[in-house]
Amino acid sequence: MEKLTDKLFTNRYVEDTGHPHIEIANQDVCRDKCSGKYCNYFCPAGVYEWDEEKRQTVVSFGNCVECGACAIGCPYDNIICFTPRGGFGVQFRNG
Amino acid sequence: MAEEEKLDAIVVGAGPAGTAAAITMARAGLQVALIEKGAQPGSKNVMGGILYTHYLEQVVGDDWKTAALERPIIEEQRWMMTDQAAIRLLGYKNLRNRERPHSYSVLRARFDAWFAQKAEEAGAFVIPETVVEELILKDGRVVGVRTGREGDLLADVVVVCEGIGLGSHLLEKAGLKKPLRANQVAMAVKEIIALDPGLIEARFNCEPGEGASIECFGSATRGLSGFMFIYTNKETLSVGGGALLSEMSDVRLSRDELARRTPNALMNHFKSHPAIKPLIQGGETVEYLAKMIPEGGYKAIPKVYGPGYLVCGDAAMLSNPVHREGSNLAMESGRIAGETVIHAKEKGDFGEASLREYRMRLDRTWVMADMKKYDGAVPLLEHNPQLLGKYPRLLDLALDEFFRVDGVSKWEKQRRIVRMFRKHGGVRMILDTAKAGWTLARPFGR
Repeated sequence: MEKLTDKLFTNRYVEDTGHPHIEIANQDVCRDKCSGKYCNYFCPAGVYEWDEEKRQTVVSFGNCVECGACAIGCPYDNIICFTPRGGFGVQFRNG
Repeated sequence: MAEEEKLDAIVVGAGPAGTAAAITMARAGLQVALIEKGAQPGSKNVMGGILYTHYLEQVVGDDWKTAALERPIIEEQRWMMTDQAAIRLLGYKNLRNRERPHSYSVLRARFDAWFAQKAEEAGAFVIPETVVEELILKDGRVVGVRTGREGDLLADVVVVCEGIGLGSHLLEKAGLKKPLRANQVAMAVKEIIALDPGLIEARFNCEPGEGASIECFGSATRGLSGFMFIYTNKETLSVGGGALLSEMSDVRLSRDELARRTPNALMNHFKSHPAIKPLIQGGETVEYLAKMIPEGGYKAIPKVYGPGYLVCGDAAMLSNPVHREGSNLAMESGRIAGETVIHAKEKGDFGEASLREYRMRLDRTWVMADMKKYDGAVPLLEHNPQLLGKYPRLLDLALDEFFRVDGVSKWEKQRRIVRMFRKHGGVRMILDTAKAGWTLARPFGR
């Protein structure tokens, strides 16, 4: 298995629809300042994707495996993340 | 809230650190709440993972024998890889580990659930599915926690074992810890790959029920500062690894280079290596996980005590990446924190001076000694990429020359190897390798 989407599909998620636990603080920073779109690469779950048409970072928070790298890895401190509400988010069966 | 509704201690996070602290305190008769964000303890927790039972035994005594462990590790292997070869630097099958195993593969969702059950049996209140949103401070002192489900809970002391995962920012929000930097953490991913136990034993040369650990450097991580691993579980393999987050988010890199070193790209690169592929062939990935690992060394340790609070485990940045140790530092720090709280309770003093006992005891144990010893290890690799890139490739070429039987005399082969080393900076390689060995061993460090 190589594709990230296939790998993420093996995980069990309890999705908290309507309660995103990740936010981009300022989309202008993604658009104007960030040349590398680093989160698109270092996030292990492919949560972040730059949408060239809409000119913004799209956040698929439902894929998140909750490692927390986004809050540290973004060179512009532009990602704000919270713990999903108790019982929601990824639920590892093996760990 | 009335005085009698106040707990003796609140522990935030039911990982190895928090649960060890909770068990230690509950067994001494303290009123302890162990709060966990996951649906059950372990459901958000990830490690490689090899667990060292000595430290578990320190916490639960003989009960460790009933722990949810996978396979005892009988054989340790370390491979230095290039794209076309794997040099087995170490293959150490230690049969003493049959009689006296000291390390086991574990799956944390199962282990942590078992461990937290021990806390419950000891009398702690285990409260899952509950996120601690912030520490409650009063006159500069931590007096409790604000939770998502249970409202405010008050206690004499809060033991913060929140880890460094997503949203683990309680200490930062309270101004008690600086935000982490990308060169202080490793970004690691793991796949759980289901494989028939018989196949696991055949491929990894293990007796039934026994296990092996393989850690791979060099090309395994495309030369980045980290390693990839395979650990054998009962019916699965844990395959994963990673490198410093700063190496995956470096603003000097091109997009193509960034794409080559994403966590999943490193994983696929490793899994497709000709020396790894046959080991995992036919296995089915059943889970994909990621975790950040503290790798900032001794210097990255935040203040671990203060008025009304203590910090243990990953949250305290206690980990030894060179020896892939983390959960043992967590359990040991949790246990010592628990004992500190027991003493503080006897004294009736939960102030900073009283809780300082925790840090002083950590300083006197192997925990801080090891943290100091390996303080320079990760920066060494970070700043000397030749150690995991160019030098392994040189060694590989030399071995290829030496072992290839192709009509060239051994004298000539030796001459060729010497010429090759001269041409590619062999003296520098010897010096660098010696320097690296010195930095890791630090014979006069103390």
